Amino acid sequence: MGAENMSREIEVQSKTGSHSISSTRTAGFTQALPSREKLLWMYEHLTLIREFEERLKWLVETGVPVGAVHYYTGQEACAVGVCAALEPNDWIASTHRGHGHCIAKGVEVHRMMAELYGKTTGSNRGKGGSMHITDVRVGMLGVNPIVGMGATHAVGAALSAKVRKTPQVAASFFGEGAAAIGAIHEAMNLAAIWRLPVIFVCENNGYAQATPVEYALSVPHIADRAAAYNMPGVTVDGQDVLAVWEAAVTAVERARAGQGPSLIECMTYRYYGHHQGDDTHRYRAKEEEEAARARDCIRRFREQMLDQHLLQAEELDAIEAENRKKIDGAVAFAEASPLPDPADLFTDVYVPASEEKRQ
Amino acid sequence: MTTTAAVRELSFGQAINEAIRQEMRRDPTIVVMGEDVAGGAGRAHLGFVDAWGGPLRATRGLIIEFGPERVLDTPIAEMGFLGAGVGAAMSGLRPIVEIMFVDLIGCCYDQIMNQAAKMHYMMGGQVDLPLVIRTAYGTRGGDNRTYGGGAGAQHSQTLYAVLAHIPGLKVVVPSTAYNAKGLTISAIRDNGPVVILEHKFLGLRAKGPVPEEAYTVPIGRVEIVRRGRDVTLCGIGRMTHICAEAADSLLAEGIDAEVVDVLTLSPLDEDTILESVSRTRRLVVVDEDTPTASMARDIAARVADKGFDNLDAPIKTVTAPDTPVPFSAVLEAHYTPGAAQVISAVHSLFGTGA
Repeated sequence: MGAENMSREIEVQSKTGSHSISSTRTAGFTQALPSREKLLWMYEHLTLIREFEERLKWLVETGVPVGAVHYYTGQEACAVGVCAALEPNDWIASTHRGHGHCIAKGVEVHRMMAELYGKTTGSNRGKGGSMHITDVRVGMLGVNPIVGMGATHAVGAALSAKVRKTPQVAASFFGEGAAAIGAIHEAMNLAAIWRLPVIFVCENNGYAQATPVEYALSVPHIADRAAAYNMPGVTVDGQDVLAVWEAAVTAVERARAGQGPSLIECMTYRYYGHHQGDDTHRYRAKEEEEAARARDCIRRFREQMLDQHLLQAEELDAIEAENRKKIDGAVAFAEASPLPDPADLFTDVYVPASEEKRQ
Repeated sequence: MTTTAAVRELSFGQAINEAIRQEMRRDPTIVVMGEDVAGGAGRAHLGFVDAWGGPLRATRGLIIEFGPERVLDTPIAEMGFLGAGVGAAMSGLRPIVEIMFVDLIGCCYDQIMNQAAKMHYMMGGQVDLPLVIRTAYGTRGGDNRTYGGGAGAQHSQTLYAVLAHIPGLKVVVPSTAYNAKGLTISAIRDNGPVVILEHKFLGLRAKGPVPEEAYTVPIGRVEIVRRGRDVTLCGIGRMTHICAEAADSLLAEGIDAEVVDVLTLSPLDEDTILESVSRTRRLVVVDEDTPTASMARDIAARVADKGFDNLDAPIKTVTAPDTPVPFSAVLEAHYTPGAAQVISAVHSLFGTGA
């Protein structure tokens, strides 16, 4: 695959005009392509996230009380590209917009759906909801809606790996809005001075709620901030799962080699509002949304795989059909699951002592 | 021939130091983090190591024994390093994080309130969070110190209430070297987040015999440190010593006071306090924190709610006033509750005195 094939420009349209950035991949593709199995895994997870979110949106719109949700639709390549570069026992810390990160890291969708329904079979036994989905068994340290805090927890997990001398790394997802909060900067500084195995992944979707990035950011790109912490910073096309994956593989290699943290900025776009009730047309133009959808990460990946004869249409269609069944099953599981007992209000306030747990 | 084993006397800071050191020897997953918990970080090649050791010198010497991988000086970034402590506690370590002074929790309150305290509950019980947060607090009170204290409104507070208010967080306040060692070991062994509030100016009051072996003082219990018949004085931290001083004076005039040391603010050992009041039938709560929405009024409210029938007099609270901590020693002494105010409150219950 020649570098020229990978060369691209990312157009970011906004009311204040347009600017373009070059993908770092114009410099050439340094990683070998993922294996066929990995490519299939990517497609499966890109489309599973999309299917989950589209079904969730339908549930919300038909009045199912799933609580406050923030759809990840449009940003799938970020979660999938990064998690494709991680091992099962690596850690991720997530944001309020976390469903995609959960699915990409391996949280089971039926347990996620049951959590949204507030059922005891949910990932958090109905105590967390969308904004707290966690599954430490698969290295998912938590969806975290206090903006920026997840980054500090990823630093802690990376510290744990270093002290315990394991090869684990920790990836921290955060939005460009979070790039303004102190916790992110404290986390980056700590990770840098302690040379911790952290991959900071900024999903720059252009908007912190209704505040556009060009208003809230003092530099053209979040990746520019990496220089302040003496770590590599790259801006990649967040609508290109292979571009994200390539940057993540490089960062993970660096982290595992004991060379410290990296920052990856993924230029992406959320298709829907900040949360389920948000009307995007009060702060962004229809044309901008259409332009973003024209660069849909799933369609582009599918076309690329088919054009280059890397994957077959039939197998991709089969994956999508399987995903639909999986989400059907997740909704059925959630609906059939029991609601918590009122007594559950009082469980798990304090962490039990080890001997109590053994009983 | 009988021999009596020499029981060493340790200071408050030395007792905490010994607790941490013994636990770190036992468990390699324990790490210590904070600003200048060692001091002089990264200068070992120049011969500088262990320059500081925290405000109470409670972590002095640990870096010599356990090295810079387990005794981590941090930049001035409470939100960042306490968050790292939270993440590390979720992923296999048992961090002991020092927030130099409790006044600084404003810089990292989210990590305490929204993160550490709530993780276990909101994640459906799937994560342990064995995190200890140590922090120094308090005024110099009426002590005529030539050095230290006099730190003013932003370095002298007693912020019990803003910590005890948070469900899921255990908050302990040792008052002596003995219970400081035992509570610190209990906190380290606890699988959930525990805040230890360490008074800066206990001085000789807290010094005392401390067994060399590791032992625990249970979290969630108050201790009746002096038995009495006529009134229960509930003290917290340094105020327990003030209560004991007041009890000595009161005994001279024929009032026999019981002193309860509230070693854990949350979860509160309501039962023992109610049992004490059921015998003495009077209660004075002494709290160095400001009174609005305070531990003093919380304890008073619980006793009024559940022990009203056992009371012969209204419950009194002796607290700091609802003002910031003043700088001038004269004002600071006036701000901090002392034995005279406790005695006066007791007199008011018996209809005697000024």
